[in-house]
Amino acid sequence: MSTAEFESVDVLESEITTPAAAATTELEARNVSVWFGQRKVLEGVNMSFPKNSVTALIGPSGCGKSTFIRTLNRLHELLPGAALAGEILYEGRDIYSRDVDPVHIRLAIGMVFQKPNPFPSMTIRGNVLSGLKLSGMKRSNHDDIVEETLTAAGLWTEVKDRLDRAGGELSGGQQQRLVIARALAVQPHVLLMDEPCSALDPASTLKIEETIRQLSKEVTIIIVTHNMQQAVRVADNTAFFLAAENEPGRVIEQGATTEIFGNPQDERTLDYVNGRFG
Amino acid sequence: MADLDVQERRNLSASATAHRGDRIFNRTITTAAFSALFVLAGIAIFLGAQTIPVLQTQGLSFLTTTAWDINTDPPTAGIWGMLYGSVLLAVVALVIAVPASLMMSIFMVFLAPKKLASMLTNLIDLMAAIPSVILGLWAFYVLNPTAEVWQQLLNQYLGWIPIFQNASGNFLGTPFIAGFVLAIMMIPIVTSVTREVLSRTPPDLVNASEALGCSMWTMLRYVALPYGRGGIVGGIMLGLGRALGETIAVFFVLKIVFDTNWYNIIESGGGSVATLIVSRFGEISGPYELQLLLASGFFLFIMTLIVNVLANLIVNRTGRLQK
Ligand SMILES: Nc1ncnc2c1ncn2[C@@H]1O[C@H](COP(=O)(O)OP(=O)(O)OP(=O)(O)O)[C@@H](O)[C@H]1O
Ligand SMILES: [Mg+2]
Repeated sequence: MSTAEFESVDVLESEITTPAAAATTELEARNVSVWFGQRKVLEGVNMSFPKNSVTALIGPSGCGKSTFIRTLNRLHELLPGAALAGEILYEGRDIYSRDVDPVHIRLAIGMVFQKPNPFPSMTIRGNVLSGLKLSGMKRSNHDDIVEETLTAAGLWTEVKDRLDRAGGELSGGQQQRLVIARALAVQPHVLLMDEPCSALDPASTLKIEETIRQLSKEVTIIIVTHNMQQAVRVADNTAFFLAAENEPGRVIEQGATTEIFGNPQDERTLDYVNGRFG
Repeated sequence: MADLDVQERRNLSASATAHRGDRIFNRTITTAAFSALFVLAGIAIFLGAQTIPVLQTQGLSFLTTTAWDINTDPPTAGIWGMLYGSVLLAVVALVIAVPASLMMSIFMVFLAPKKLASMLTNLIDLMAAIPSVILGLWAFYVLNPTAEVWQQLLNQYLGWIPIFQNASGNFLGTPFIAGFVLAIMMIPIVTSVTREVLSRTPPDLVNASEALGCSMWTMLRYVALPYGRGGIVGGIMLGLGRALGETIAVFFVLKIVFDTNWYNIIESGGGSVATLIVSRFGEISGPYELQLLLASGFFLFIMTLIVNVLANLIVNRTGRLQK
């Protein structure tokens, strides 16, 4: 991904201010199917993620949500036996084409995992800057980056006096926000979040949701969640995944969150969002 | 709030072990733990007792000079060259074994397919089971002639580096060959420890670094190796302990000379305390020489203790936070 391409999109956005421009597609999955070895776990997923939108992926356990978002930044291919069909277009370009460097993709499309995973042997500051260090990305003004990203992640006031303490000393909710700050420091355009709040208390969860809403002004967010209220609170769009027994997962329904929850077209969606599933 | 402060604090650690079974268990375990200490102390006292008369007759020159003249009156003995030789062999062994072990364990943990990895693991464990006398014999008959050629090449092309100088033209019985044999003995130990340590790199952290777009190398450099540093250093020290104390394998390939070979590792002749002891023990001339050997053993013991203390310091120092 050359920087020229990033810029061209920014220019496009600033020039055109019609509603259609707001819906510029940042990331798109076209007919994506996924295998682990011989086993097909996802089939024919089509989905597009408008720039600066929040999309929630919901569905029962094991239906392939995590697998799907891992295909979006090429983490999937690191698992043994992983295979994929279809295309993932990022800013119009297939991220799996031969000339694309996966490292650039992973920097542009960041990820936050279910379990907070700060580097325990690094300081808080070191953790925030670790993405720059690990990927060899050059950015100046490290102090500003630390303050900006921690503020964006809603953690700055809590840690500003102990930036040189170990990242592992923070509480689970603080660690998760630290990890978000770490993902932001490399200036991603898309942020993937796989059940980021599932290990957290309600207060930390609300803080992170607030963070997500703030971030979505600048970043495209895709979040997997088992918490229906959370999807309603943060997501513009929602997609419902389901895997029938011994079959790969499929997208049953997708669209505006209000539609999926308020007026679902498919009975299975209705059952799931109302907690009548299984 | 003030009320709370004046309350008497109750000692909870006493009641924590109130359960009778636990109490008995605790005492048994504590006794066992201390008995290890007693054994260690017993050895130290026994050797130390033999060392005192030696130091009385030989003075500090027992440690600072290199000599072994039993037939003179009084006999003169000094083991500096042997102490130093042991360290030199260990350094040669470390330089060869540590990179090799690290590379092998990294390959097994992060790169090799599962089947190959477990095959290699078994193979390396087997390697650890080779008795050192067999390794010594092998080194004597097989490694010696081969290594002679390597050393000649090293001397020919890198002879301008002081450590690869050789004035005598004799490339047998060198510290390099002995160190190489020690490296072969260290590799299985160091590899299996580092493999174990690296395989415990939390998958969360590997995930995190992958998601931050880092390469395999940077992941190792900044995540896996720092995470496992304590364990890896510990494994290296285990291997080093073996290298310092190894006797019989070195006996076959190192020519013991009572002279200090400072750094000419491909020059025939070197020293090793352990090998000195075993090589003299068979043709011992009398009780005084036995005492000399026991005193040498005492200092070998002290040297390994120092290595262990240093290792602990290193492990603690490197445990610091990364910025
Ligand atoms: N590394 C892997 N190797 C083989 N199969 C896998 C692997 N990871 C996931 N799977 C399979 O793929 C399917 C989808 O898993 P995935 O983790 O994507 O589900 P999920 O929707 O995220 O579930 P959850 O809500 O529990 O996180 C499951 O059937 C799972 O067994
Ligand atoms: Mg999941």
